Amino acid sequence: MKHVLSVLVENEAGVLTRVSGLFSARGFNIESLTVAPVGDGETSRITLVTTGEDNIIEQIIKQLHKLVPVIQVHDLTDRSHVERELMMVKVDAEREVRAEVLRIADIFRSRVVDATPNTFVVEVTGSSDKLDACLNLLTPLGVVEVVRTGKVAMARGPKRMKEVLPA
Amino acid sequence: MRLTGAEIIVQCLLEQGVKTVFGYPGGAVLNIYDEIYKCKDLQHVLGRHEQGLLHAADGYARVTGEVGVALVTSGPGATNAVTGLATAYMDSIPMVCITGQVPVALIGNDAFQEADTVGITRSCTKHNYLVKDVKDLARVLREAFYIARTGRPGPVLVDIPKDITIAATEYSPAKGEVSIRSYKPSISGHTGQIRKAAGLMAKAKRPLFYTGGGVILSNAAEELTQLVRKLGAPITNTLMGLGGFPCTDKQFVGMLGMHGTYEANMAVSRCDLLVAIGARFDDRVTGKISQFAPEAKIIHLDVDPTSISKNVEVDVPIVGDIKTVLGKMLAMMEDGKYQSELPDLGDWWAEIEQWRRKECLKFTQGDEVIEAQYVIQKLYELTKGNAIVATDVGQHQMWAAQFYGFEKPRRWLTSGGLGTMGYGLPAAIGAQMAFPHETVVLITGESSIQMNIQELATLKQYNLPVKIAILNNSFLGMVRQWQELFYERRYSESDMTVHPDFVQLAQAYGATGMMTARPAEVSGIIEKALAIDGPVLMDFRVNREANVYPMVPAGAALNEMILL
Repeated sequence: MKHVLSVLVENEAGVLTRVSGLFSARGFNIESLTVAPVGDGETSRITLVTTGEDNIIEQIIKQLHKLVPVIQVHDLTDRSHVERELMMVKVDAEREVRAEVLRIADIFRSRVVDATPNTFVVEVTGSSDKLDACLNLLTPLGVVEVVRTGKVAMARGPKRMKEVLPA
Repeated sequence: MRLTGAEIIVQCLLEQGVKTVFGYPGGAVLNIYDEIYKCKDLQHVLGRHEQGLLHAADGYARVTGEVGVALVTSGPGATNAVTGLATAYMDSIPMVCITGQVPVALIGNDAFQEADTVGITRSCTKHNYLVKDVKDLARVLREAFYIARTGRPGPVLVDIPKDITIAATEYSPAKGEVSIRSYKPSISGHTGQIRKAAGLMAKAKRPLFYTGGGVILSNAAEELTQLVRKLGAPITNTLMGLGGFPCTDKQFVGMLGMHGTYEANMAVSRCDLLVAIGARFDDRVTGKISQFAPEAKIIHLDVDPTSISKNVEVDVPIVGDIKTVLGKMLAMMEDGKYQSELPDLGDWWAEIEQWRRKECLKFTQGDEVIEAQYVIQKLYELTKGNAIVATDVGQHQMWAAQFYGFEKPRRWLTSGGLGTMGYGLPAAIGAQMAFPHETVVLITGESSIQMNIQELATLKQYNLPVKIAILNNSFLGMVRQWQELFYERRYSESDMTVHPDFVQLAQAYGATGMMTARPAEVSGIIEKALAIDGPVLMDFRVNREANVYPMVPAGAALNEMILL
């Protein structure tokens, strides 16, 4: 089963390698992984999507926790949470197709962030399913390039991770 | 006080109580060596190869319980250290390894003697650091020692560029205990779970203790012994756990696992409660995992949460320091009612005595050929079981585990997790440096010892009276055994008939060398060796084709043992 983990780590050199190295060395899967510093830059938050049986996920969480720079690990899967992904799609768009691209972009509440006489870059955010759906519609029109961030996720409600927020 | 990086390193080592550093100089660590030259309070032990001196620091740590310290240079110094780090990591040995690195500005430039040490050692250390600012140096070193010795111990590496050892900064002595917000090992154990475990122990009709290296590492042998005696239950040790419970005690049923005793393995297969303490259900112990302790409820006590329910589902997990948790458990049992409710284990012991009668470790020593087991038995008798014993890896290691009994912890040095040939000689050096007046015996094979034989020079340099017993069967013995049993005697590349004349080799290194192939001479040679004040190498030509029994074939269940 797919699990979304939110991992709070010290923002120090090499921490991402420690996390990804743990997965490769122990034969766990990574489906997607996003990371950026948060708060005042002392901590980073990693959102990691992985798959496995319950006992594997339990091991993954424990092993992540064992890494010295890892402060906290939350499995958001069974908790009420929000998740989003960002995608940018560059589409071949000349003459008659241009209107169609704009229409699709509109349906998905996405934005065109770059336009040339023969291409558009469309920026879409939302659930990964929504991004897939959008991409499915754009593909027949001639997709040149796609880039996706992978999921970022956060629990709903007052519960929070211990990152150091700016004063 | 303003100090250079090199001065800070020496100050921090002294502050951490380090007395002995195992090291090998080189370009990137010259400034540190210059400080060591000036420092009177730090003993430096010069090895002959970085792998060897890492094992020496490891042996030192195992016998003393302190953090072993190694110092090596950049590039090849660091890469040579990797096997030593991996060995310590697998056996959870507290160590700090300082490696030199090329100057910060050259890092990543493929500079002379540069290696990505932090990258290379990431998966064989508990944690590692690259210090890029001299201001971080003292904090990093203190953290390194703290991480190495707390929680589940392990090796920590600190990579220090050469220019950091020259740069100066304000230094102040350590204030209080280190605190790392992202690293807080659980020590005390959950009281409810401890009570639950005690309750199960009080009710079990066929309980069995299965204890490992964790007992030794947390200095919990005393508490364990009290608990096991209180319950009157049988106990088996893993290879790493030997010495955690006195071997001559009637409740001890020997080692378990692939080369464990018949009674230990049968007891695992029959027990109704397995109390696993500081042991991690290694595949060499469990055999076929689905048939491991099939009738038992399992209690598992370990300081490392990842060890729990990794291989085997457990019923009562307890995360905590073994000494602390066993102390609590004993306190709960002070209650007289508890003691009076303990069931009679008479039937269980009767079953165990039946298995014991098989005498699974018996062997026959004839007049012609020396049996390896006999040499170990004689070593045990003539050292009165008091020696610190180091081994390498292979048949001799298993025989040593089976035939040299351990009454106390921290007397047994062996590479359990990684299985590192070449571990023994340097580990014996580390142990002898720590305890110059104890008898240190190395039991090894003719192939194993050659993996780090250059350390004979270290023995000579410090005149360490280590007694080396080579059980020489001119074979990679364990490989040959597997080939005999599972590859229809196709002895592919396991023949080691060509080996040096060990007597002459010992002499070349300035040690005493002796050799025999005659059973009648074994005792005499050992006695003579023990009487000599200096390093001695004994080359015992033993039965070439003897196998280690009992044996559980890989992938079989523990009760499917091959007996002799």
